[in-house]
Amino acid sequence: MRKPDISIHDDKTDGLHDPSGPEAAALAIEGVSHSYGPRKALDNVGFTVRSGSFTALLGLNGAGKSTLFSIITRLFGMQAGRIRILGHDIQREPGEALRHMGVVFQPRTLDLDLSVTQNLLYHAALHGIHRREARIRSDEVLSRIGLADRLGSKVRDLSGGQMRRLEIARALLHRPRLLLLDEATVGLDVKARAEILGHVRRLVTAQGIGVLWATHLFDEIEPDDDLVILHQGRILAKGKVGCIVAKAKVRDLNSAFVQLTEPAPGSEDTVP
Amino acid sequence: MSAVTAHDRPAGFSFAQYLTCMNGIVWREGLRFVHQRERFISALVRPLVWLFIFAAGFRQVLGISIIPPYETYILYEVYITPGLMAMIQLFNGMQSSLSMVYDREMGNMRTLLVSPLPRWYLLFCKLLAGAAVSVLQVYAFLLIAWFWDIEPPPIGYLAVLPALALSGLMLGALGMLISSGIKQLENFAGVMNFVIFPMFFASSALYPLWRVQEGSPMLYYVCLFNPFTHAVELVRFALYGKMNWVSLAVVGGCTAAFMIGAMFAYDPSRGLSRRGPAGGET
Repeated sequence: MRKPDISIHDDKTDGLHDPSGPEAAALAIEGVSHSYGPRKALDNVGFTVRSGSFTALLGLNGAGKSTLFSIITRLFGMQAGRIRILGHDIQREPGEALRHMGVVFQPRTLDLDLSVTQNLLYHAALHGIHRREARIRSDEVLSRIGLADRLGSKVRDLSGGQMRRLEIARALLHRPRLLLLDEATVGLDVKARAEILGHVRRLVTAQGIGVLWATHLFDEIEPDDDLVILHQGRILAKGKVGCIVAKAKVRDLNSAFVQLTEPAPGSEDTVP
Repeated sequence: MSAVTAHDRPAGFSFAQYLTCMNGIVWREGLRFVHQRERFISALVRPLVWLFIFAAGFRQVLGISIIPPYETYILYEVYITPGLMAMIQLFNGMQSSLSMVYDREMGNMRTLLVSPLPRWYLLFCKLLAGAAVSVLQVYAFLLIAWFWDIEPPPIGYLAVLPALALSGLMLGALGMLISSGIKQLENFAGVMNFVIFPMFFASSALYPLWRVQEGSPMLYYVCLFNPFTHAVELVRFALYGKMNWVSLAVVGGCTAAFMIGAMFAYDPSRGLSRRGPAGGET
């Protein structure tokens, strides 16, 4: 037996409830389940990401974060549940849903043989953005992200942090309202991590973008963030970080996470 | 931030946006090709070896009678040139699908697949881009072959373009159809051997079908039903400003069938979904 969830689906104080309903939320996930053969990777997952909010999706390796990202981005077909992006159902209106979404995947997806600008122009073309407009936008996002001096550089010559920043710039090129980042700081040094996280947080406040930030690092989460804790394919908690910590009656998020994910004595999880 | 967001734009995509997307995919494929000089050189060396060495050696052994579209006796080098042109496209089609498997394994394919434009259209553009690259390779080959006295009529250089585009699409779609069934990159080498060589040798690329029929009636029918034979014949006739309608129908039909099959069969999550997302993702 696992410990009872502290998820509060209908409590408007949990911070993950969009008062205008799932139609208006940047991302609304309802009852999503997914299996790899007999192994269940996601089990009835549901939460919302409000526009202009930073939502952290916290989970250990194997929790199901990347599977969830693959379903949201339509790389995997939906087996059960419903996902809406700004009210557009990803199954019924995939084009409309995807045009509102920018995504940074966990593995690098840049073309290493192309230059910084060429990567951005390619992405712009995939969104139907004309070359002239794409050049203006790429100059704009690159200067905002501090890569204006690397326009012509081959991507393979960039550092890991610069590549990640470029991926974020690329994800923003078509001016999405929802930004998904899957473990975007993995493999980066402390300084690069802080820069990227800071930049994404500024996007939330300055542009009103809804951000879903998947991570397994506690220090990337702030007390005011919305938080979803995913463990072994199930949501164990969701709400404001402070609210979750308070309900768990512990000192900090780390302790709350340990308490939530700790298998109850005698449960299957404790059997070696 | 005063930027217009995606939310403010009207729903759907305009024709110009579809065109922009197609241009972008073709442009990117062209850039990759330019950057991969080794790929370009090997794509040229392969048919040139056949032309300069194999054909020269077999010129005296294999006599070619007067057959359409030729109006006179021709050298063996002249006969096999269309077959070698199609061979370039066959290799390129398989190479493109190989790179699709690679992109899928490495994660690059995600960039393409999260585009809001319809997935069938994106795959079609990929095919078109691959065909465009193969046409460039063929023209480079023809340029070198011209110095080897392979001189089709000037109109042939223009007339062969649509034939090359169609055969390039057919072979690219075949490659995509095959790659849609491949889970891992390592499995592709075997498929290359099982597809490329049988298709090439059991065709009219190296010898006319009447010669095959004399040697083995059964092999003749295998060659006759091989779509690659018709790609070769379509190119051969077009290169001399003529049309082979049967080959056109076969290549056109096969292109449509392979494309539809590839678009239905192509599953971006193949190789990921059974074992979960790639590269330690969770």
